[in-house]
Amino acid sequence: MKHLKSINRKAARIDRQADVVALQQGPPQQAPAPHFPLGCTLIFSPGWEADRNGGTAGLCTPVERDLFDCHAGCFWPAQVPDQLNHAPDWTAKCASAQKDWRKIDLVFP
Amino acid sequence: MSALALGEFHPFRSAGRDFLYLVPSAAVFELDEAASAIVDRLRESSTGTGELVAELSARFPAAELQETVGELLRVRAISVEGVPDEPPPRQMPPENFPLTTMVLNVTNQCNLSCTYCYEYGEDKIVDTENGRKPKFMSEQTARESVDFMLRESGENRMAHLTFFGGETLLNLPVLRFAIAYARERAAAMGKEVDFSLTTNGTLLRPEVIDFLTENRVGVTISIDGPKEMQDQFRVFHNGTGSYDVIAPKIRELLRRHQTRPIGARVTLTSHTLDVRKIFQHLTEEIGFWEVGFAPVTTSPNRKYAIAEEGFDDMLEQFRSLADEFLEFAVENRHHGFSNVKDTLEEIHKGVSKAYPCGAGLGLMGVSTDGDVALCHRFAGSDAHKLGTVRSGIDRLVQIGYLEKHHIADKTDCSQCWARPLCSGGCYHEAYTRYGETAHPNLHYCEWIRGWTDTCLRIYGELAVRNPRYLEQFEEKVAYEASQVN
Repeated sequence: MKHLKSINRKAARIDRQADVVALQQGPPQQAPAPHFPLGCTLIFSPGWEADRNGGTAGLCTPVERDLFDCHAGCFWPAQVPDQLNHAPDWTAKCASAQKDWRKIDLVFP
Repeated sequence: MSALALGEFHPFRSAGRDFLYLVPSAAVFELDEAASAIVDRLRESSTGTGELVAELSARFPAAELQETVGELLRVRAISVEGVPDEPPPRQMPPENFPLTTMVLNVTNQCNLSCTYCYEYGEDKIVDTENGRKPKFMSEQTARESVDFMLRESGENRMAHLTFFGGETLLNLPVLRFAIAYARERAAAMGKEVDFSLTTNGTLLRPEVIDFLTENRVGVTISIDGPKEMQDQFRVFHNGTGSYDVIAPKIRELLRRHQTRPIGARVTLTSHTLDVRKIFQHLTEEIGFWEVGFAPVTTSPNRKYAIAEEGFDDMLEQFRSLADEFLEFAVENRHHGFSNVKDTLEEIHKGVSKAYPCGAGLGLMGVSTDGDVALCHRFAGSDAHKLGTVRSGIDRLVQIGYLEKHHIADKTDCSQCWARPLCSGGCYHEAYTRYGETAHPNLHYCEWIRGWTDTCLRIYGELAVRNPRYLEQFEEKVAYEASQVN
């Protein structure tokens, strides 16, 4: 590189490897298909009774799974805050739903 | 064309040049003027490549700007807006990770009564006085511990055995036995063992010093500074200070023990927060090769706990001592402020930690009865037990622990630029503060960021003014690599 000079060992490695992403990610992996039913009102979806493979284990459990199914899969304003406009930070304290779901609080308009 | 936006990094300026510390890769890059101008512009707002080049074309040729944008994108210093970075994978360490350091608590008894002690003081986690643990480790347990260490060291040629207490030298017979036995067993296996210990210095008789010298045992002395500071907390059971007892013994140790550099380990409290004075006393007046400082581990309501303003004050003092370190390092002279050197080494290697330290992974603590715990600070605690030296490590418990403490699950750390180096901080500190080892140490975030920034600036200065100084870390990396078969 011409404009960036690598100073420490890690920078030198990045420079040599030419690809930071590869360095971070290891061998490429196929992204897993989404577990939540995308757009449940628009298409036929098995919904909450079965997952995309027809399985029933781990559905809607624990409760935070259900919450994010409504939130991410099919926006359901009656149940979850409008994160685009009114409550952008609603999940800011929740990086991992399974662990941090208690930090998601009620939102009063 | 999509707009360009800043990636995740911490910028710093050293020796009149601009650097970026990239997160989470922990790479350090120096920017030329074009790269600096692009980063500065994007700091104001995101913008498309075309507009960016047009805006800066009066100062730099367009082709050069294009090229620089490409390079910045490649190292992820900037990104295309709307294309989220994939989160780094939550990689777990390989199974059967070799043990590099075993800390052997040869006794949980002590001849001092330091008020702030995490083993005996108000915040202790193990009942060292009336608990069921033996007060002294037996030869049999020491033997089993050494066997455990060599077995668990895997392919590594070198194993590190550190003796700890209580007051380590109260159990000198077992210490002597363990060293001899470890030598013999390691030789039979084609390995080597490096020995070290921490002591309060009260029992350093001439024959003990000679033994440590002959066996090349690295010695760290716990000492808090000149008499008025040492005697505030580091007292005997009757309350008298220990300075007058240990000072002549330490001078004798430094005079006789020439086979290894000897360091001091200082516990800083709200009452003894004069870093420069302590450093000057311990290096110039006593003669220690290096001095490491750490704030006292305590729950926040203790009167010796360092409060928020105290951390600011401590940072100021660390900075001024670090500046002195820099001037020495530029001239290739030794300076004993080990906190800086340790951090510089990590910056140079570009470590990006999944865990704050090696506890429960490459480092484990062994209690007097042979229970294996996360580290020496948890030795003897059943809640933090990973196994025993006899039955080995319970891999399921270890994996569960590693799962729970991974940086990817520390939500509070996910936006912090210092996380590659800090990774949430000491488990024992967190346990004492928050009652939970996996809790990030939020009470000293500002201090960690301030200190990491200081060390980055020093690193940048050295990279410009005396890059040869940094070569010692290269040699260390090469040496460490040679220790694995």
